[in-house]
Amino acid sequence: MEFNLTEEQRMIKNVIRDFAEGEVESGADERDKTGEFPLEVFKKMAKLDLMGLPFPEEYGGAGADTISFAIVVEELSRVCASTGITYSAHISLGGAPINMFGTHEQKQKYLTPLARGEYLGAFGLTEPQAGSDAGGTRTIAVRDGDEWVLNGSKCYITNASYAKALALTAVTDKSKGTSGITAFIVPTDAKGFSVVADYEKMGLHASNTTQLFLEDVRVPHENILGVEGNGFKQFLAVLDGGRIGIGAMAVGIAQGAYEKALAYAKERVQFGQTLSKFQAIQFKLADMAMNIELARNMVYKAAWLKDQGRKFTKEAAMAKLFASEMCMRVCDQAIQIHGGNGYMREYKVERFFRDAKLLEIGEGTSEVLRMVISREIGCR
Amino acid sequence: MNIIVCLKQTFDTEEKIVLESGKISEDGVEFIINPYDEYAVEEAIKLRDEHGGEITVVTVGPERAESALRTALAMGADKAVIVDDQGLELDEYSVAKILAAVIKEREYDIILGGNMAVDNGSGQVGPRLAEELGIPQVTTITKLDIDGGKATIERDVEGDMEVIEVSLPVLVTAQQGLNEPRYPSLPGIMKAKKKPMERLTVDDLNIDGDVSAKTSVTETFLPPKKEAGRVLNGDIQDQVKELVALLRNEAKVI
Ligand SMILES: Cc1cc2nc3c(=O)[nH]c(=O)nc-3n(C[C@H](O)[C@H](O)[C@H](O)COP(=O)(O)OP(=O)(O)OC[C@H]3O[C@@H](n4cnc5c(N)ncnc54)[C@H](O)[C@@H]3O)c2cc1C
Repeated sequence: MEFNLTEEQRMIKNVIRDFAEGEVESGADERDKTGEFPLEVFKKMAKLDLMGLPFPEEYGGAGADTISFAIVVEELSRVCASTGITYSAHISLGGAPINMFGTHEQKQKYLTPLARGEYLGAFGLTEPQAGSDAGGTRTIAVRDGDEWVLNGSKCYITNASYAKALALTAVTDKSKGTSGITAFIVPTDAKGFSVVADYEKMGLHASNTTQLFLEDVRVPHENILGVEGNGFKQFLAVLDGGRIGIGAMAVGIAQGAYEKALAYAKERVQFGQTLSKFQAIQFKLADMAMNIELARNMVYKAAWLKDQGRKFTKEAAMAKLFASEMCMRVCDQAIQIHGGNGYMREYKVERFFRDAKLLEIGEGTSEVLRMVISREIGCR
Repeated sequence: MNIIVCLKQTFDTEEKIVLESGKISEDGVEFIINPYDEYAVEEAIKLRDEHGGEITVVTVGPERAESALRTALAMGADKAVIVDDQGLELDEYSVAKILAAVIKEREYDIILGGNMAVDNGSGQVGPRLAEELGIPQVTTITKLDIDGGKATIERDVEGDMEVIEVSLPVLVTAQQGLNEPRYPSLPGIMKAKKKPMERLTVDDLNIDGDVSAKTSVTETFLPPKKEAGRVLNGDIQDQVKELVALLRNEAKVI
């Protein structure tokens, strides 16, 4: 057993915390109001070579481990969850599938510029008729000589307005069910491809959430990612890694909200004493601290298993499920501790609360994750 | 160009100081590179990138100080030397002696350090080291240009600026405003582990004379809690009289 971060992980944590507090935090409230995308932040992160963090050096990455990835996502989310999800999706949904299933040529062409931060990574799975039930994908791809012709649409796709290309799933053989789904790498400037970003969201306002429309989009056969018919299996594997990112986001948001609540409780005086002297408030803060610590340990464990090359499906599901649910409770209680002030934008915890809700929905809803865990522990 | 940077690991400037049986407690404290020394590291990297050469970062301190050196290596320094203080009581005199013993064995064109360390705030180690080595020193610098064997330096003199020309080798100490230290890049962090780290003890060094401290700490205490201020009222004449009386009798500062 070893509970210390390595020297590198510790340094990465220091750098990203300084960076988050120095370069990300100050604009977070304004971006929440205007919905402006944190493009400048990502240009600066690219300069620090953080945009390819876990990918091989050969493809412009830095070869860091998954724990370091979780640390970066946590620290960004602690000050700005929109920045956190953008980064998490870039790495774990955008870059990871190409890194895991791409050919050498595909990696050179798509992973290297992504890792250098020349564009943001995205992943197109969800459709209006296919959410939790991703097997219900309707987007179809029909072979025409050396090309495939794609038609259909995707919804709620993170980062696509800033992506030069993305992996998405389409049905290539309807008769085979989930084994008839294939992943394609599609350049976003392809003829017939459009990206629309006009959702009005509850939170994560500065994150880019889009609809994709494909009308007779042609891609060469070589743009198939991985194996024809394996698209479904591949994205399940991608989501396992993505859940570590969402878990880390939850830990970061909760940590940020908790720190604000603790500071407020020590300042605010009622009945002649600070809130932090009331046992009812102390217990709320104690529960927050406990839940955050437990969730962080589980996120690290899932990341560690992944780094060891071991199976981590169950642990990633547990980490994401526990972390996202505790994050909602922590943000709720952070507002409670702030009283009326907590309901106001000025005190920021309401932003954390709105941003946190997505974590119980994206990359597997809480219900779906309980199904995953049930399956992993042998229920049938 | 051979560049040496002397740095110290200090408490994070945001840490609260906690005293435990008369000593400053290090429990759970975050440590950083002394902010003034960080300017020195940044300036060294810029010099190296412009003129070529190699940067050696040196510290005297406990084992934990190695992580400050690693951070400097991650920022871009080339190699590091740590002299383990093995818990000895050292003061500015001792540290300057030890640093001199490390540095005189090496080739150098310029030595950079911080103007002072944010913990003890004495600002002595740099000047003492220059004296030990018998080289010129320029303190509190805010700009540095090197051309051949000559440095043109701007230094902060209590808010004014003085321009100095000096020949190399020289020791300079960095003042706020010299530059904006970079964040270590991720590849920098990943490479830092592979860069050489030389670990020495005081016994390994050929020190000229004795290193034991010439000063001693007799007491460590926190500044008294700030009391609420007092506002004087009434006639200006009376207020002035009252103020003078208070300064003399109560505050006892005049
Ligand atoms: C801000 C945001 C960003 C997103 N980013 C991306 C992205 O980048 N790429 C991408 O592909 N998708 C993305 N998504 C989509 C997200 O992954 C889906 O919304 C999510 O998987 C849920 O699917 P759904 O919305 O269709 O809900 P549904 O599947 O319709 O679920 C509705 C409810 O029914 C429950 N339910 C469904 N099936 C079952 C069952 N069998 N048993 C019990 N309960 C069930 C669900 O748990 C949920 O509570 C994003 C969504 C949002 C909001």
